[in-house]
This record gives sequence, C-alpha cells and structure tokens, in this order.
Amino acid sequence: MTIERPILEARNLQVLRGGVPVLAIPELTINERQVLSLIGPNGAGKSTLLLALTCLIQPSMGNIFFRGQRITSHHDAFSYRRKLAMVFQEPLLFDTTVFENVAAGLKIRGMKKHEYCHAVEKSLDRFGISHLTSRSAVKLSGGEAQRTSLARAFALEPEIIFLDEPFSSLDPPTRSSLIDDLERILRETKTTAVITTHDQMEAMRLSDQIAVMDRGKILQTGIPSEIMNNPVDECVAAFVGMETALAGDVIRSYDGSFIVSVSGREVEAVGTAAPGDSVICFVRPENVTITTGGSGDATSARNRFPGKITRVTPAGLFHKIHLDCGFPLVAYITNISVENLSLVPGKDVTASFKATGVHVIKK
Amino acid sequence: MDIIIEGIKQAFILIFTLDPEVMGITWLSLKISGTATIISMVLGVSTGTAVALTRFPGRRIVISLINTGMGLPPVVVGLFVTVFLWRNGPLGFLEILYTPASIILAQAVIATPIVMGISLAAMQNLPPGLRLQILALGATRIQMVWMLIKEARLPLLSAIMAGFGGVISEVGASIMVGGNIKGYTRVLTTATVMETGKGNFDIAMALGIILLVLAFIINSILTYVQQRERPR
Repeated sequence: MTIERPILEARNLQVLRGGVPVLAIPELTINERQVLSLIGPNGAGKSTLLLALTCLIQPSMGNIFFRGQRITSHHDAFSYRRKLAMVFQEPLLFDTTVFENVAAGLKIRGMKKHEYCHAVEKSLDRFGISHLTSRSAVKLSGGEAQRTSLARAFALEPEIIFLDEPFSSLDPPTRSSLIDDLERILRETKTTAVITTHDQMEAMRLSDQIAVMDRGKILQTGIPSEIMNNPVDECVAAFVGMETALAGDVIRSYDGSFIVSVSGREVEAVGTAAPGDSVICFVRPENVTITTGGSGDATSARNRFPGKITRVTPAGLFHKIHLDCGFPLVAYITNISVENLSLVPGKDVTASFKATGVHVIKK
Repeated sequence: MDIIIEGIKQAFILIFTLDPEVMGITWLSLKISGTATIISMVLGVSTGTAVALTRFPGRRIVISLINTGMGLPPVVVGLFVTVFLWRNGPLGFLEILYTPASIILAQAVIATPIVMGISLAAMQNLPPGLRLQILALGATRIQMVWMLIKEARLPLLSAIMAGFGGVISEVGASIMVGGNIKGYTRVLTTATVMETGKGNFDIAMALGIILLVLAFIINSILTYVQQRERPR
C-alpha cells in the first residue's frame, strides 16, 4: 500500500461535558483514501469524536486540520462541511420523495435540477434504490431508508465521509447486504471514510485501520489483523472478541514458547515470558477446534484439553459452544459441524487450539 | 318550539338570499380574524422556532409563559387592550380604540401564544439529530432553519388554524375593544350576542350557523392534516 497524504488531523482534541472530559484525543491522523473504523463500547466517545471531527460540535480544546489547513473560524468550518458528508445511525430523511432526499445536499449548494439530476440518479443506482425514486421517504423500510441516507451522502461526492453506526439499527440480513454494498462503493469511489461501530466484524471487513476507543480515549490504532491478534490490553482484547480470558502464572519457559498454568491445566503459548510471571491468555473462539471420540489423532495443535459442553447457542452462521475444560472456553463451530458431530450440552469432547493462537498479556 | 323552527327557517332565508347585512358581518369577521392570524403566524412561528432551537438561561420559564398564554381568557385580553388604547392610556395616541384595528390587535394577542406554543412543540418534536444532519449536508444556519420549518409544516399548519379557530369564535375582546358598531366593528360573535339580547333569534341563528360552518371547515382541515401525519 502506498503512503497517502493526511487529509484530516486532530491535535490535542478535548471535549468537556459539564466540566468532565468525555473525549481526549492527543493525536489522530486520517490519510487520504483510508477507511478508518472507530470501535468501542457504547459511551466510548466514538460519536462525540465524529461530531468534533466534522466541526458539528465545538471542542473545548484542540485543533482540526483539513488538508493541512487549521480550521479556525465558523466560515472555515462551514466550507469544510461542504466537502464532507455524514451519515447517522438514524436515516434522518426529509418528509418528501426519495429523489428529493438524495438531492438535498446538492440543492443546498444551490444547484439547479438539470445540474444535480444526473448525480442523484447515479447515487440512487449505486445503492440499488433506483426503483424507489418517487416513493415517499417516510414510508421506507429501515434498510431502504438507510440506503437513501447513504445515497444522499455519496451524491455529494465528498472528499471524506463520516458514518456514525450506520448499520446498528438494521436487522442482520439487511445489514450484511448493505455492508457488502458500502464496501464495494468505498472501493469504487476511493472515498476516505471514518466509520464508528461497536461490531468488530463490521470494522474488520470495511477498514484499513482500526482505532479502539474506550472512555473518550483511543487505546490502540493499527491495521485490523494487528488489533485482532495483538491487543495492547485487556480492554481492547475483550472488545475485539477474545471471549476466553484465562488468568494464570508462567511455570516453564522454552526457546520461543512458554507454559502457563491455568486452573491446574497447562496452556502453551508462543512468545517469551519468565517463570513466575502473572499473565492473561486470550483465545479467540474461532481458533478453537472441537473433536469427538478418542484424543489419539495426531495434530500439530499444542493445546488439547478434554472437556464437557456446557451450553450451545446458535449465532446465525455458526454456533457458540461453551466448554468446561477445567477452565471455561468458548468455541465458534459451523452449523454443519455442530450437526455432524452432534454437539449437545453434556457431551464429552476434546478442545484444541494452537500455541500461536494464544494471545498473552502480562499483568 | 315554534320560535326555534321559525328562527331556523328565517336563518336559512337570510343566508341563501345573501342578506347584505349578514354577508357584511361575515366578511368583516373573516378580514379581522384573518389579519390577526397572519400577524400571529409571523410572530408565533418565528418565536416558537427560535425558542425550540436555542438554549438560553430562563428558557423553561419562557416556555411555561408561552404555554400559559395559550389559554389567555379573551375578556382579560380585551380589558388590557382597552386600558392600553384608552385615550390617556400608554397607546392612546394611536386612537384606534373602537376601530377594526383594535380588534385585530386584541385577537393577535390571543392567537399569538396559541400559534407560538404549538409551533414550539412541533419544532421540538423533530428528531434531535436532524439539525446536525442538515448542517452536515452543508447548509447555512438560515437554510437549516428553513428546512426544519418545512419538515414541521403539517403541525405548523395546525398551529395556524388553531390560532384562527381561537379568534374567529372569540367574543369578549371583540365587544370590549370594538364596541360592536354597526357596519364598522360588528363581527359574527358580537352581532350574535346583540341580536340574541334583542330577541331577534332569526338573525342570531343565521349568524350562529355561519359561525358553526366556519368552525366546522377549520376543524375538518385540521383533522385532515393531523390524520394525514404518519404514526410514529
């Protein structure tokens, strides 16, 4: 990937609410053509950060730079807002037709119908809602309404687009098809984007960079695989879906790997640690394999534990299996495997995961 | 019983023969209350919108005052407007007491809080994020306010009609500040009061029926507008 120029930078950004800092961002840089996801739990300050980045709220302190120019006056903020677009969690459509909604931003810019007609049609087509053109926007389904809202934003051909939890009020199938389309459109239009979400899967799919936020701060920024596999602390790890967190002590260490004692079981992990270190081992549920029957099969997985299934919950495309192996362990297993291996609560199985699949954080 | 049937018969004859006096009174009522409604619309919608969209100290008190004003008794308004317009009152120099202008003034005082209160509620009922969305679309502040008003157009229309309905049927203030002068400040309500007092039930009923029909038309439009609104 080529290094792109920064398009938007925030420095020492602080937002106070009732004298309490709700956002404190020392530094954030968004490069051109980059898709950045801000992930974190509700109340982490993601939406506040977006509002500050779009100059829709006045930060208590700090500066925003757009293409290297500091935004100082109301007029700067106004001209900057004419170059961006924003989509909120609620579609916030106007009580008129879909066409007029998508044209709204262009009409605000004083364009005449023959000037914006083409752009509106193109945007409607992009989001697959051309058939809704003359429908009333207040009678749309959730997915159609959010598509209209996105089409309205993209019709402006913004230099940067901000999306605040754009999918969180949609049902899963609608959501997934809209994410597909957004991913394609972002790639086609090469638009710089900042997306907030509390769904790490969504973030993984859409973004080049992920920033994990909690309590108004950015805890970690990196490419998706880095965040997913090397979370810097417990908070990030828990948030990015490392469901199993096992506290233990290092009892032996080898060259490049070490053994952690977890509730009397020995878990092997890759890395360096000294015996006596207290650590937390994180295991991603998708990295856990379940086998039934004898445990004599040869495998390269270094961690194998006999255990009992305690709970099986369907989770759409896969099942979430809770195991008791002397310590609790969570595995994601495809629906077909659950059926073939007849995985039901109470069944004795063997769970295995690779030493390289264990992420260790020192306490 | 005869008196009622005879009255109704006479009333319809007066209406359908387009009796000049009855028509004159009706037309004057519409002119006066219409003008008062237009004044209250300008003041009420703008102030209601401003209060809904801004935050300032004492805002809650202002909102309670507006809501209280929605129920101002017309006779109290009539009393105060009379006192103000009295020859040596603070606005006595205008010399408009007992003219149509004074009725317009009194009715505007009655209708403005009604329009303002409903407009305020209408603007507050818009989704809170809508302002930010409009600004994010690149709107100036003026464009933003205009788009919000357009969004709330149906409840704002109800506000204006509620204001009109309030003043066309009001009698206390009109009689006090207008004086019920024949052919000059005599409106539907004041004429009905007088004719009833004189025992001319036929004319009183004709005026009453016209008033009812006007109220019915206004309420039908209001109901239609409100029912058209989507359930939320």
